[in-house]
Amino acid sequence: MLVLALDTATPASTAALVEVTADGLSGIAERRTVDPRAHGEKLAPEIAAALAEAGVRPADLGAIVAGLGPGPFTGLRVGLATAASMAHALGIPTYGVCSLDGLGRAAGPGRVLVATDARRREVYYATYLDGVRVDGPEVAKPAEVTGEFDRVAGEGGLKYGDLFGVPVEEHLLYPPGAALVALAAERIREAAPSEPLTPLYLRRPDAVEPTGRKTVLT
Amino acid sequence: MPDEPLVLGIETSCDETGVGIVRGHTLLADALASSVEQHARFGGVVPEVASRAHLEAIVPTMQRAFDDAGVTLADIDAIAVTSGPGLAGALLVGVAAAKGYALAAEKPLYGVNHLAAHVAVDTLEHGPLPEPAIAMLVSGGHSSLLLVDDLANGVTPLGATIDDAAGEAFDKVARLLGLGFPGGPVIDRRARAGDPAAIAFPRGLTASKDQAAHRFDFSFSGLKTAVARWVEARERDGEPVPVADVSASFQEAVCDVLTAKAIDACRANGVETLVIGGGVAANSRLRVLAEQRAEKHGIRVRVPRPALCTDNGAMVAALGSRLVAAGVAPSRLDLPADSAMSLTTVSVTE
Ligand SMILES: [Zn+2]
Repeated sequence: MLVLALDTATPASTAALVEVTADGLSGIAERRTVDPRAHGEKLAPEIAAALAEAGVRPADLGAIVAGLGPGPFTGLRVGLATAASMAHALGIPTYGVCSLDGLGRAAGPGRVLVATDARRREVYYATYLDGVRVDGPEVAKPAEVTGEFDRVAGEGGLKYGDLFGVPVEEHLLYPPGAALVALAAERIREAAPSEPLTPLYLRRPDAVEPTGRKTVLT
Repeated sequence: MPDEPLVLGIETSCDETGVGIVRGHTLLADALASSVEQHARFGGVVPEVASRAHLEAIVPTMQRAFDDAGVTLADIDAIAVTSGPGLAGALLVGVAAAKGYALAAEKPLYGVNHLAAHVAVDTLEHGPLPEPAIAMLVSGGHSSLLLVDDLANGVTPLGATIDDAAGEAFDKVARLLGLGFPGGPVIDRRARAGDPAAIAFPRGLTASKDQAAHRFDFSFSGLKTAVARWVEARERDGEPVPVADVSASFQEAVCDVLTAKAIDACRANGVETLVIGGGVAANSRLRVLAEQRAEKHGIRVRVPRPALCTDNGAMVAALGSRLVAAGVAPSRLDLPADSAMSLTTVSVTE
């Protein structure tokens, strides 16, 4: 089955096509642009380009896998709105995966910290043992990140590498499409029910209720 | 393309998630989900709260529109979406969804201007708009006068508010009077029992010295402050605040300025049609006063019913229908959300 993977939880807008078979996965096409303010502009053309490169049409898709974050909200919602609307249009299921898990899985064996930039001098992070999440996801200042790990992946690792004090996986900064699909492969093969794509916000909206009004009389 | 294109419109520029479907000038569906109740305790729209609500509402609202119209996405000729102006994060949800539908169903996409859509929606109720026309758009986010020569290809801004939007003034005065949010409907209701001449509140930018630079501009900040001063003075003196009279007198000041400037814009441009849109166009006093003043000058006023004045998807679909019929080129898939989109941009074609 041909599966579209989308992720906009980091500065990268990623669109990937992956073929899921009974016993494996194979990457067909992947497009990525790294620009923290351009998800809204870049993602849809990337999907169109990936489909064109693979010589397939949207109607050939069998499922969509979307990274649910955590990640900066505005960009994250672009990926989820796109995934949900395409799936609705095509009548195909959507499956959500934690975006950090895409990096954790791709990082392979060992104890790995995945950290992405949460802005406001914080990181979204989770820890993995042999590709499986054992803690997180959470949001915190880099100095407050705890856990056992001997490598770090994700662009939060690159940005705050000195603080974590472990080697940085510089080739693993953004969730790879194939890893996201791998995380949902069982659900895809079993034709599990479509899932609502609820973002992993981890933070409440900034909003304050007004207090008493200020006087205008002088 | 058929003469009567079947067009889907998506609106998410503020706190309403709207999906409308029109065929030509005929409204087939106008599905709406509002997050207004989630904003009430904050006294105004919280952008992040609105954006979260749009993401949750967009697919169910879309499905409701298809069900109401009795059509499927495959039947649709084009998809239009508000790509600006508005709240950046909120716009992005609608634009991303519109792209998803357009891409998946291989349909043309039109990124359109929210204000031009407020003008176009009137065609769903009153048929094709005679052009040129003057459009006055008044809501919580905008207060503008436009000369509409050809809605499909461009409009000429004549003036706008230099501070608060008209609807914003209603919200602020309602908060001052403890009437809650949004302010427009409740002030309209309370004003019915009040005397519009009870208190002489100021009319911004109507003095003769303002005519040179601000003939078609508005200012409501001074009015809001004047109401606050008047109310606080009463409270300080331990007297009750006559909410009905304050509401009526404030509302009269807003409607007096709006209608006077709109009629002046018609006369200055030799235009015989005035179309009013935006949430404040639902105000009952504004509708009556505009009608009365226009009649004296042989000007016809077109105001859609209140449900079409406030933000909705039908207005976006109505403008999309006009663009398709006029043969305007669609937008590309890299269409940006433009929170500050210029009024001169009716649709994004490159
Ligand atoms: Zn509006």
